[in-house]
Amino acid sequence: SCPLSARCCAPSGAAPAMNCRAEVLEVSVEGRQVEEAMLAVLHTVLLHRSTGKFHYKKEGTYSIGTVGTQDVDCDFIDFAYVRVSSEELDRALRKAVGEFKDALRSSGSDGMGQISLEFYQKKKSRWPFSDECIPWELWTIKVNVVNLANEQERQICREKVGEKLCEKIINIVEVMNRHEYLPKMPTQSEVDNVFDTSLKDVQPYLYKISYQITDSLGTSVTTTMRRLIKDTLAL
Amino acid sequence: AMDTDLSSQDRKDLDKFIKFFALKTVQVIVQARLGEKICTRSSSSPTGSDWFNLAIKDIPEVTHEAKKALAGQLPAVGRSMCVEISLKTSEGDSMELEIWCLEMNEKCDKEIKVSYTVYNRLSLLLKSLLAITRVTPAYRLSRKQGHEYVILYRIYFGEVQLSGLGEGFQTVRVGTVGTPVGTITLSCAYRINLAFMSTRQFERTPPIMGIIIDHFVDRPYPSSSPMHPCNYRAGEDNGAVYPSVEGSQEVCTTSFSTSPPSQCVFIVTKAHFQTPPPVVTDTLKVPVMGLAFSHQLSSSRLSYQPAALGVGSADMGYPLLFAGGLNAAHPHQLIGPGKEGGVPPVPSQSAHGTQADQERMCTPLDGVHYSAATPSSSEDTETVSNSSEGKCGSPHDLLETIFIRKVGAFVNKPINQVTMANLDIPFAIFAPKNVELEDNDPMVNPPESPETESPLQGSLHSEGSTGSSTGNTHDDFVMIDFKPAFSKDDILPMDLGTFYREFQNPPQLSSLSIDIGAQSMAEDLDSLPEKLAVHEKNVKEFDAFVETLQ
Repeated sequence: SCPLSARCCAPSGAAPAMNCRAEVLEVSVEGRQVEEAMLAVLHTVLLHRSTGKFHYKKEGTYSIGTVGTQDVDCDFIDFAYVRVSSEELDRALRKAVGEFKDALRSSGSDGMGQISLEFYQKKKSRWPFSDECIPWELWTIKVNVVNLANEQERQICREKVGEKLCEKIINIVEVMNRHEYLPKMPTQSEVDNVFDTSLKDVQPYLYKISYQITDSLGTSVTTTMRRLIKDTLAL
Repeated sequence: AMDTDLSSQDRKDLDKFIKFFALKTVQVIVQARLGEKICTRSSSSPTGSDWFNLAIKDIPEVTHEAKKALAGQLPAVGRSMCVEISLKTSEGDSMELEIWCLEMNEKCDKEIKVSYTVYNRLSLLLKSLLAITRVTPAYRLSRKQGHEYVILYRIYFGEVQLSGLGEGFQTVRVGTVGTPVGTITLSCAYRINLAFMSTRQFERTPPIMGIIIDHFVDRPYPSSSPMHPCNYRAGEDNGAVYPSVEGSQEVCTTSFSTSPPSQCVFIVTKAHFQTPPPVVTDTLKVPVMGLAFSHQLSSSRLSYQPAALGVGSADMGYPLLFAGGLNAAHPHQLIGPGKEGGVPPVPSQSAHGTQADQERMCTPLDGVHYSAATPSSSEDTETVSNSSEGKCGSPHDLLETIFIRKVGAFVNKPINQVTMANLDIPFAIFAPKNVELEDNDPMVNPPESPETESPLQGSLHSEGSTGSSTGNTHDDFVMIDFKPAFSKDDILPMDLGTFYREFQNPPQLSSLSIDIGAQSMAEDLDSLPEKLAVHEKNVKEFDAFVETLQ
């Protein structure tokens, strides 16, 4: 079962799905690098978990739109990554990451926390039960914020974090390449249970982002379940 | 066992998918090494021409090269498609950085649905490729290309050759996709020993044998960086245009004067004989008077003015620009390559130092390369590279500077040592006698730090002139003339040339000599407390001074 699934689908309290695989990545970064590092990882995952928009035709066939990509250079890290060309998606991720960063900063803790990207499927239930969301893949990025004393250390950190992120990208690609469980391609009536169809140019699998900050005692003080992205959970 | 065989339609589809996958793979890799940020747009309505539902532009030349390499075949067992990414410096050194391999193995997945699952997985694999191409070391290098080096690609089909990547290369797997006819694997083997790149001391690898033809790919994006991956293939005859080399100097010609014997200069080192054009030679980066020049030195048959002709000393090596085929029959005549590449001929320099009016000669860097004569080689090998055919005069042209040093009149050795009488052929003395010596020769591998002895300083301290040995390359060059460009004697009493000559041999700074340097360092440290005490006493004065500044 999914060890980190406690944070999945809190409202319905559904049991974790059998097929939820979980991947954990850890990074140590300087405060100003948090956003870029998180965006790099999240965008890389979403690059692999987004398709073009589906256009259903008669007889259950569909055609798929085209996904564009673009290079993003980081300002505080010697690193560049590729993301899907979708301003909406980028905005959504930036909003989530921004809140995570603020929470990290204001928590007054040692700067430890984690941000999670969960892909789920919706399973419609009959009234009065609410729909279930069943996670099938969970990515957790554990972040440790370090404070550096001088410019030289910062320069080294730029390079080191860049190298670390290269490793993370390779790890992500390895997971993607396993071709493990992916939701079946849905029929037109089911498509909103599998994909987020709200964006106008791309279609990621349904996902949600959450985070939590760890205090210096290592316990999670602020468990924040924030639906930072427009959540298609009904109710 | 007769499984459900692939239907012919499926087979056709699969072949098509694999073919276009291979082409798109090449596009992604090459575009990721252009040195520019790539950006394509998403489109919600399918255009029908975007393979694998990804917006990947097709650079026509790249597709052409890929198709040529594939020659109608598809990757199969033992027949892999490889994209080799290499780096070439402005000095002509080159090095393989990565080999991207698209391979097929025998492991078949008969159950998989071609038109659906295989297609989507190929799409996913391309996305992975997009991501991975940004995380290997060559990506950052390629983003910085343009001035000191360019990134080149080469596509080949057949067996994977990884030997050019040096020891300890690493491999990253991009991904695999099983198909009914085999499993497609995409991976990258990359060189890891790039550490020296940052210090700009590239490995002295032999230049690429064979013909190097560079031409620029059409820029897909108008606002792009100046360099593009060049197409490296053998056997063609395009003009080569090289990136601009820093430190290109104007020609200086001057009259001779009587001053201490000359010291530094450069020797052309290895020349590589390539009968087909063009010739790429190694280059030297040598400090001259504290300035560092980086040039592509083509070894040429040069004529020079032997000291016997009464040429005054000359002293320093002055940059003299020429690229000329020399007529061995007229050793004292400097023949300019008037015929090639639009370079104006250099008038012969008289021994008496009449100042030639020659101000500036430029030759496109690729323009004229000649192979040097080594004793063992045929002196008739005067190969001429293609001139840059119309690219001469383009912004990419460079001044190619070759330094010649003249042996001064006060050279403490028999003058005839310098004459050509001893030589069987012109410039045998310039010829690299021992290639190995170069590594020890400070002029070839100049020390970087000022504390170590530069060839300049070394020579300044040498007895009289440079030793005596014929092996000493310091003596082998003769100044032809020195005249600083844009500086005429009749305008000012003290012109640049005079200034240059007068101040050209400064005594070595004592602090630069290692022993003295070390000593003085120790002394400095010892005297620090004392100095600090003095400063402390004067603190009020310092503070007052600071006040006045505010």
